[in-house]
Amino acid sequence: MPAAALRVSNLKKAYKDVTAVNGLDLEVFPGECFGLLGPNGAGKTTTIEICEGLTEPDSGVVEVLGMQWGRHGAELRQRLGIQLQETQLSDKLTVLETIQLFRSFFRNGPSPEDAIAHVQLQEKRDARVGNLSGGQKQRLALACALVGNPDLLFLDEPTTGLDPQARRQLWDLIIQFKKDGRTIVLTTHYMDEAQQLCERVAIMDHGQAIARGTPRELIASIGVEHVVQFSVGDAALDLGTLERIPGVRSAKLEAGAAQLQVTELHQAVPALLAELTRQGLPLTELSTHSATLEDVFVSLTGRHLRDA
Amino acid sequence: MRSHPLFQLTLLRFREFVREPEAVFWNFAFPLLLTAGLGVAFRDQAPQPIPVAAVTQQLAAALRADPQLRVEERTPEAALNLLHTGRVALIAEPGPNASVVYRYDEANPDARSARLVADRAVQSAAGRSDPVPASNALVREPGSRYIDFLVPGMIGMGLMNGGMWSLVFSIVDTRRRKLLKRIVATPMPRHHYLLSFLVWRLVLLPCEVGIPLGFGVWVFGVPLRGPLWQFALLCLLGALTFGSIGLLISSRARTIEAASGIMNLVQLPMWIVSGVFFSAERFPAVVQPLVRALPLTALNDALRANMLQGSGLGQMVPQVAVLGVCMVVCFGSALKLFRWR
Ligand SMILES: Nc1ncnc2c1ncn2[C@@H]1O[C@H](COP(=O)(O)OP(=O)(O)OP(=O)(O)O)[C@@H](O)[C@H]1O
Ligand SMILES: [Mg+2]
Repeated sequence: MPAAALRVSNLKKAYKDVTAVNGLDLEVFPGECFGLLGPNGAGKTTTIEICEGLTEPDSGVVEVLGMQWGRHGAELRQRLGIQLQETQLSDKLTVLETIQLFRSFFRNGPSPEDAIAHVQLQEKRDARVGNLSGGQKQRLALACALVGNPDLLFLDEPTTGLDPQARRQLWDLIIQFKKDGRTIVLTTHYMDEAQQLCERVAIMDHGQAIARGTPRELIASIGVEHVVQFSVGDAALDLGTLERIPGVRSAKLEAGAAQLQVTELHQAVPALLAELTRQGLPLTELSTHSATLEDVFVSLTGRHLRDA
Repeated sequence: MRSHPLFQLTLLRFREFVREPEAVFWNFAFPLLLTAGLGVAFRDQAPQPIPVAAVTQQLAAALRADPQLRVEERTPEAALNLLHTGRVALIAEPGPNASVVYRYDEANPDARSARLVADRAVQSAAGRSDPVPASNALVREPGSRYIDFLVPGMIGMGLMNGGMWSLVFSIVDTRRRKLLKRIVATPMPRHHYLLSFLVWRLVLLPCEVGIPLGFGVWVFGVPLRGPLWQFALLCLLGALTFGSIGLLISSRARTIEAASGIMNLVQLPMWIVSGVFFSAERFPAVVQPLVRALPLTALNDALRANMLQGSGLGQMVPQVAVLGVCMVVCFGSALKLFRWR
């Protein structure tokens, strides 16, 4: 096992009235993309900012690239790429000027022109930051994080608030960076993002990691491969009957629709249709999806990520 | 080849400044317009005759004999109307027993002069002659005019505004955008960030002082009697002092509103009492020690002593001390309190 790029153990941080991080352990290996997943207020930003040396933890050990903030701060700053959740870069600078500014802080790294090309902002090279779209701003922020040729990249919600196309564009850039063999720690509350980008994830809730592993392992751990959702108008449904359908593990009602946790989709769907026909119920909606990290979160906490 | 972070940060200051047209206006154009306006309004003019009214032909003739008065002959009602609307300073009307009554507002200095001049004219028309012959020798010297007083004050005020605004606005805005936190997450040495403001202030200083000074000297002939290098030193000291106050104000504030509230609280008293537009001596003796302890009073006094009286630094020890102490205390506290996020 290689030495960890990031190791956090028993990390705690409390603010006046809330415990933001409550005894967190993490280990991130070189070359992987690690996702911190959780609902609003789970403590993701607090955790990542402690790792970035921007926030002092109350207790716990943080080791970044084998070094510690107290002793190797200056060296660490040279080797980390950081993107914060809420930074607004100066509106009055152009893209190129912004990159030149950030580039001047680092010993090594690409030329500003290369950094801009890397995030495909060449066309906007001389545009003011204030006139960029949301997705372009996020790509610029990413470029600012990459100008120092970092060994470890921290991204705090890199795609929040972006439209699907802009998200996809940013994902491609992150995947490219990963291919260079560098390490990424990112936070997100999009399950699909974590599934797309991350080799391993930790699901956070109330300052603790409630699950850890590869997305595949986590999904497998709930023993459900698919979720089937359907509704039958105003007619009443008997959950007991539904749970006896072969291939169905459990059933529940949610917002007027029925939800089945299914292990064998090819058995369950025909049987479900047959059962509904037998009872004479009209099927008004039917959809299925493979189990996601969202379903993992729901099965662990009983809440959805978005409204947790 | 990467450029030096201090160079890039100073460039950032420059770009933020010139791309904010309002900042350029308030820094350069506004003080100039104000100086020009006040200079013209209070320029030295040949003394104008004082308008007065007389209600009889006889009185009017007597008053007309004095060129310092401009006399209008009116009915008593019309004359009163002129007095109440400020178009004449005084009314001369006949009283009982061949006496003369002067009707005027005692609080109006023009009216008081008019009273003296009018009475002299009336008395000499009646046959009085002066027992002692007298003549006038008039002086009008640069250095004692209002514009001479005003220009050093405007330079001092410009140093205060520029020093405080540029720092406070930039730092607090950077903090509000969480950009300060982002910047300290890079390897940038923190003192470079603060130094960039110092460098930028030094670059801007010659323009900030030179424009109003040049304007005053060329257009109005304001004297510059002290050693120029000492004048420059005083400006530098002033800029650093107000920069330190600005740094202290911006050391913790998270919003522009909060910071500009504090800044107005600091600046407003100095605009009024520190002798920008009128002399600080006008305030009562009990508050004078307080007025003298304000950095803008010290700067204005020192600049005036240098420009108008040609005094050397040796004669400005108290003023230089006030500025120095203020600078050190504010800068020290600002470094202690500064919130880097
Ligand atoms: N500076 C602060 N002062 C007080 N409380 C704070 C502070 N920063 C964070 N918190 C609290 O700590 C908890 C965790 O916040 P954190 O920002 O780490 O959450 P998050 O997982 O990043 O959420 P989000 O998805 O909304 O970004 C929240 O309850 C938040 O209110
Ligand atoms: Mg967050």
